[in-house]
Order: sequence, then structure tokens, then C-alpha cells
Amino acid sequence: MLSLKLAYRNLIGAGLRTWLNVFVLSFTYILIIWHYGIIDGWNHQAKKDMKAWEIGNGQIWHQNYDPYDFFTLEESHTTIPQTFKNAISDGVLTPVLISQATVYPEGRIQSMLLRGIDPNQKVIALPTAEMNIESDEIPVIIGRRMAKNCKLKEGDITIIRWRDINGTFDATEVKIVKVFNCNVPNVDAGQMWIPINKLQEMIQSPDEATMFIIGENFEMNENVSGWEFKSFDYLMTEMDEMIKMKKIGGSVFYFILILLAMLAIFDTQVLSIFRRQKEIGTYIAMGMTRIQVVSLFTVEGAMHAILAIIVGAIYGIPFLLWQMKTGFSMPAGTDDFGIAIAETIFPVYGAGLIFFTVLLVIIITTIVSYMPARKISKMKPTDAIKGKIQ
Amino acid sequence: MKNSEIISIKGLIKRFSIGKGYFTALNGIDLSFDKGQFAGVVGPSGSGKTTLLNIIGSLDSPTEGIANVLGQDVNKLSTKKAAILRRKHMGFIFQTYNLLPVYTVFENVEFPLLLLKMSGAKRKKAVMDALDWVGITDKVKSRPAQLSGGECQRVAIARAMVKKPELVLADEPTANLDSENSHHILQTMENLNKELQTTFIFATHDDKVIKYLKRKILLEDGKVTSDDIITN
Repeated sequence: MLSLKLAYRNLIGAGLRTWLNVFVLSFTYILIIWHYGIIDGWNHQAKKDMKAWEIGNGQIWHQNYDPYDFFTLEESHTTIPQTFKNAISDGVLTPVLISQATVYPEGRIQSMLLRGIDPNQKVIALPTAEMNIESDEIPVIIGRRMAKNCKLKEGDITIIRWRDINGTFDATEVKIVKVFNCNVPNVDAGQMWIPINKLQEMIQSPDEATMFIIGENFEMNENVSGWEFKSFDYLMTEMDEMIKMKKIGGSVFYFILILLAMLAIFDTQVLSIFRRQKEIGTYIAMGMTRIQVVSLFTVEGAMHAILAIIVGAIYGIPFLLWQMKTGFSMPAGTDDFGIAIAETIFPVYGAGLIFFTVLLVIIITTIVSYMPARKISKMKPTDAIKGKIQ
Repeated sequence: MKNSEIISIKGLIKRFSIGKGYFTALNGIDLSFDKGQFAGVVGPSGSGKTTLLNIIGSLDSPTEGIANVLGQDVNKLSTKKAAILRRKHMGFIFQTYNLLPVYTVFENVEFPLLLLKMSGAKRKKAVMDALDWVGITDKVKSRPAQLSGGECQRVAIARAMVKKPELVLADEPTANLDSENSHHILQTMENLNKELQTTFIFATHDDKVIKYLKRKILLEDGKVTSDDIITN
């Protein structure tokens, strides 16, 4: 208690030096919390968007389907099993048929994936209902990224070419009935969504699907031969790994930031111990034990972290709340990263994040403060009183 | 040790190692001090005055011999027990005042009482009394940097006296002061010695201090060469 009282007096008495250190430390707190909040917010938002737009509550894949090997697509679709029919008609499961194709926008050639889906599905957020129109051309929807890459817009008519299961090439005109905006590149970049019955006709695979997207209230209670259930968590593995890597990468940044703050504290402590020798000698002469003096200097250093919490709270809480409300706009170009990133990320701050950040900084500050303070116990008080120690 | 005797030194030797050899600062000192004495160890620079005061103040320990201070053998005291001895029974006054620069006058004088864990109300009264003794109650909120040398030393005296210790050790207390301030300080200490029966031991070579002493111990080359009681 005495150490706390004296340390507080000493710190406040030290004026600007204290406040500079405190500000640097508080900045460290806020930046760590904000940065982690952004990553957690991104994670949270990516999961939400991927669930809504791509993954649903999980998927059921044809056993040969490999999303990373397009050459297997021809062999990775088969007839929709009877056991799924009821779920499909109930709207809790929607089949997707995937085929390779080529689009010829404005005379250019571009490879893409044709994804057939039921225009009336409600399992994912894709605006497939837009394809329920009468048109001479086949109605299709594409995402913003695909539209940008192919220089296509709503109402445009373009030619697509594909190969059916017999290896015969065919081509037709399609009409872009909707360009949708979505944060998940997997349903956008290099993709064209088409009514599934049309695609089944085109590749001569009636009533076939490559995969199913699972909606609410569907449980796969039995194994269906030739089909594999992929849980939501499994499908999110890559995203989770990426977030984990991002956090590890971010840790380097925090390490440097904390190192800078700790260097300031360490420097202040080392300087203090040499500059305040007479003071230390006086403390001992007045009856403080060496342990009391060491603990006073340690508490003094550690108290920077406590004051930093208060200072950080003054400007940090409004800043963090403001960011939570307005979000952080991602720089241009992040769209092309190939991962789900929203244009604006809203940070998520958990109690655990704040608690552990504060605890981490307090512990490191205390250790850094204690290290130079140990020197005090080796000082000769008679020399310290006169400030003679070199 | 007599009833009134608070310090007893016998055969005290203090050596400091210098390179491969050593320097003898105190060489066979035999002294004793009674309660309430206003004594001074005088002598030229390097004669061992400060070393003797440091040993009496349990800030240093003898190489040989016995230094019994307030019933405790300094040589056998752990650093913790020595700290407790100083905290409870001793006050120090230094040549360079050694006030804590970031504290106000009040906080500087209050400091020894904080170490004694005295309650807030008692502390406040004791600090104001001490500041009253040295006549500096108008500067309670000032910091040492805002005070003159004389004022700083008066604060240092108040700090040494605030807990009403049995023993005050003053090392060259007037060395940085002008004549007028020196006399004022010495009169203050003389009054406190009379009023509170506190034992004062000075280490000095300042004639202004010597004039006030009731006992003058001359130290030369680490040996006591004279020990005189001065009667006015």
C-alpha cells in the first residue's frame, strides 16, 4: 500500500516524462485492441457472409468433387438421390451443378464456372429469383467482380460456350439479369449462376447435381452412397486458418509495438535508478528496506501501465466505439484477395481480448520495471546518498 | 553501558579496499554518547567524520570493533533490522539536504511518518508541528526547487525531527549555507535539543557549527585526538 502511494506521488511528480510514457503505453493498448478487434470483426463478418452466400449450414459434395481441381468437374456430378428430394422440395436443401465454360464478352475469351442453381431456392442469399423471367436468352446472374472483369452489366447479352458429357461443344446467348453485390469471392469471381434445369439440359445431365447446400432444419441422418457431408466448421477451416495466420502475423506488429513501449519504460527506469541515487540513498537512510525501495521502483514502473489504462480509456473507448459503429473501410484492391472481406469491417471487441491485452501489458511492464530496479539492492547506501555510484 | 548512554563505540576500525590494498578511515575509535548531547565530530576532510557517522547511523558496518547504537550492535544488524532502527529512532540531515524533489515540503516532512504507518490526522499534526519548529509553515505546498538553501535545510531538519527521534545525525549541515542561515539552523537544532532531549551528533569542520557544540571530538587520520566537553 505504501509502495502504491509513494509510487503514485513519484509518478505524478515526475510530470511530462511520466505522461509521455503513459501515452505511448496507452497507444499500445488501444492499437492492439483495435487491431485484434478488426481481425475478429473480419472473422465474424466473413463467417456470417460465407454462411449466408456460399456455405449455408454445410454442404453435401459428390465424392469426386474437388473445388481445387476443375478437371474433375466432369466426373463429379450424378443423379440427385431420392433421399434428398423431400428436403429439396421443402426448401431446406438446394442442389448445385457445376461445369466449366467459356464466356465471350465483347469478343474476348474468359474461362469461368457455370453454376446451376434453382431460381426459387431460399437456402443462400444469392438473388436467384431474378432468373425467373421469360427471355429469349438464358437468364443468368453474376457478381460485381465477375461483371468488372468481363466488363458486363445488367441487360447485357453475351455468348457462352460449354462442353456436354459427350464432349460436344455448344454455345448460346445468355442475358445478365442481375449483377449482385457480395463479399464472398467464391460465389462471384469467375462464376456465372444459371437456372439448374437449363444447365442440366446444356450438359445433358438431367436431374444431376455436383453438390447440395444445406439450409436450416436439415439433418443428414444417414450416409448416402457417393455423397459426402461437409460440415460448416469443415468448410470454414481455411478461413479460420487464414485468420489464425493473420493474428500470428499481427503478433509481430504487436511485439514491435510493445517492445518500443517497454524500451521507453526500461530506459526511464534505468535512468531513474542512476539519476535518483541520492533519492534512493535518502529512502534507505530514512528507514526503507532495500526490498521496499526495489518494490517502490517496480510499482512505479508498473503503474505506468495502470495510468495508461486510464488515459487509454479516455481517448480509446470513444475511438473504439466509433470504429465499432462506422467500421473500418478496407483499402481498394482487397476485393481481389480472393477471400471474404467486406468493404467495411466492423471490429468486434471481446471482454477476453481487452482483459488479456491489459494483463499482458501490465505483466510485461512490471517485469521490465523490476529488472533495472534489482540494481538498487546492490547499491551501497553511503555512496547512494552522495550520488557517487557510477 | 550506562543508563543515559545511547552510543558506545569500542576499538572501532573501518577499512576500505582500494585496488589491491586498503585505506583505513577509522583506526581504533573509542567513544560513547549520552542521551541529549549536542556533540560534533570535527576534523579536516578525509579524517573519517562521515564514515563514523555512517556507522553510527547503521548505514555502514565496522571492519573491526563494536558500535552499539541504541542497544543494538551495528555489526550484527541485518539490513532490514538496520532499516527498522533508522526508521524508528534516527533522523538524518545531509549537507545537500537530500529532499525528495517531486514532493512538496509537506510530503517531504511527512515521509518518515508514512514509513511508521502513522494515521493521517496524527501525521498532519506532527508535520505541521515540525514545520512550525523550523518556521516554514508558509511553504507547505512548495517543492524543493522553489526554496532557498536555508529553507531546504530547515525542511530537512523538520523531516529529521518530525518523528521525534532519539538520535539525529547531521553531516555538514551548514556547508552549503551562508552565515545567517547557518546560525538560524543551528539555533533551531539547539532549541530542539533542549526541548525534546534529542541527541545531535554533527560531522563538521565549519567554525559556525563548532561554536554551538557542547562536546567537540577532534578526529585526525581516523583517530580521536581530543574529546572536550564545552561549558559556557
